[in-house]
Amino acid sequence: MKRKEFIKKATLGSFAAIIGTEIVFGSKILEGYTPLALQETDPFKLFKKNPEMVVLNDKPWNIEAQAHLLDDKITPNSSMFVRNNGLIPENIDIDSWTLTIDGESVTKEKTYTLTELKSKFKQHTYQLTIECGGNGRSEFDPPAKGNQWTVGAVHCASWTGIRLRDVLEDAGIKSNAVYIGFHAKDIHLSQDPKKEPISRGCPMPKALQDETILAFKMNGKDIPIVHGYPLRLVAGGWPASVSGKWVDRISIRNKIHDGAKMTGTAYRIPCKPVAPGEKVKDEDMCIIESMPVKSLITYPKTGAIIKKGEALKIRGHAWAGELEVTKMEYSIDFGSTWTTCPIESPSNRLAWQHFSATVNFPQEGYYEVWARATDTNGKAQPMLLPGWNPKGYLNNACHRIAIKVK
Amino acid sequence: MTKEERFRAQVKKVYRLVVFTFSLFIVTGGILVYYMFNPNFLNFDSNTETFVVTPIELDEDRIENGIHVSTGLVDADGLMTVVNNCTNCHSAKLVTQNRMSAEGWNTTIKWMQETQNLWDLGKNQEVIVSYLVKNYPPKSKGWRMVLTDIDWYELED
Repeated sequence: MKRKEFIKKATLGSFAAIIGTEIVFGSKILEGYTPLALQETDPFKLFKKNPEMVVLNDKPWNIEAQAHLLDDKITPNSSMFVRNNGLIPENIDIDSWTLTIDGESVTKEKTYTLTELKSKFKQHTYQLTIECGGNGRSEFDPPAKGNQWTVGAVHCASWTGIRLRDVLEDAGIKSNAVYIGFHAKDIHLSQDPKKEPISRGCPMPKALQDETILAFKMNGKDIPIVHGYPLRLVAGGWPASVSGKWVDRISIRNKIHDGAKMTGTAYRIPCKPVAPGEKVKDEDMCIIESMPVKSLITYPKTGAIIKKGEALKIRGHAWAGELEVTKMEYSIDFGSTWTTCPIESPSNRLAWQHFSATVNFPQEGYYEVWARATDTNGKAQPMLLPGWNPKGYLNNACHRIAIKVK
Repeated sequence: MTKEERFRAQVKKVYRLVVFTFSLFIVTGGILVYYMFNPNFLNFDSNTETFVVTPIELDEDRIENGIHVSTGLVDADGLMTVVNNCTNCHSAKLVTQNRMSAEGWNTTIKWMQETQNLWDLGKNQEVIVSYLVKNYPPKSKGWRMVLTDIDWYELED
């Protein structure tokens, strides 16, 4: 839809400017046709992303933020990471879009139009932290397979929609229900229509939480197409892959959902700790549920040079999956000493929390400011990498920025 | 009318027809040639901006500074085998981001064949894996890397 709008607004002149040559017979192009050279072009324009975002992969699209781009309390679209497993669905028609609730454990299979969903169920708005399970993968040694995310595959936007619980209960949940699994309209990379790029889900207790919603809006507007327009499942605090985009079917399962990327090494970690590089059998892998405690310094951008005697204001966000952050600390001496700083309460459960501090440096030189959050269970972020796992998930090691005092 | 006059009249008629046909040909040809260079001239509502023509990069196999321009892959033995087998479904960026041993790549290829519809690579598998291991070897990172590539700037308050 966005691409169509973009094309509509664009004149032949701008086509030519983008392609870098004149389109011969340009005037004969049918209205609404996208010249081949314009398809899948500049992702920053296509998805309205900040030019400082980093493209890790262009087929499928995987784009991450840098820490300083995530400074807003509520993340704007321009700084939100993109993690797609397949190709974005084409020709989305909201009038014919439906959501079906089915599965072994549904009382009666039911299908709803978007209008029905919007009018029949009460709408709620929550700020929800969504972090890619593989955020921080690039630091693992031996390296882990997949997109090499650094720190920017996390965001906390404001999502508006209806509770998944309300819809599931309307269709009816049998007492033997254990899991839900979503199905969506994205296209498998091999173009095989029988294959789903991703079909994940969560256990019933997570599916029935107040904050687990089927969202229509993000930051008060229609969800951008790349983030799941027109309907996205949003399950804050869990790996972002649970928050399925372009959802058109949700199955209530009588067993753990076995869709694409629920098995093997995908979004699973060894049930028991293993040595770096160790081989792990499939049956010894466990599905990731809540994400671990973590934080990011979003101001200033790493590399700041300040004058001797000047105090440095820092700020950022901290989150803890299903839990809350109860303590925030920073260190300027590589963890020898830590100073506690204020951390705000979340605006609602599963929203990230904001911290700020004023840092003084004893003398000129090179420093690193390290940030460390602690959750309600007393677990703090490690300074080194946490346990190695075959696919490099759950790296919640302390974030740090480099500072020079002159 | 004498026979001769009638003949003259006929010649004139033929002459006019030839001239007319020829002019028609010239005019039509002229219009067509003009149209070839100015395809917009019949659309009276279209704008008449002109654009600087910069040729698009059409050579998909161009190598620049040892890099295969259209994929970003290193130019070395096996490059085109990798391009032809590994960039159909996903971008080459997914390949160059990853660093694995031969065993790791073979496992990944097996996974792609089992779940992602990758075809049997035959003898090419060895070519591809040795290209990847040689040109994209794993780097040791330890338990935490030193911060690198810092873009230093004066912080204004």
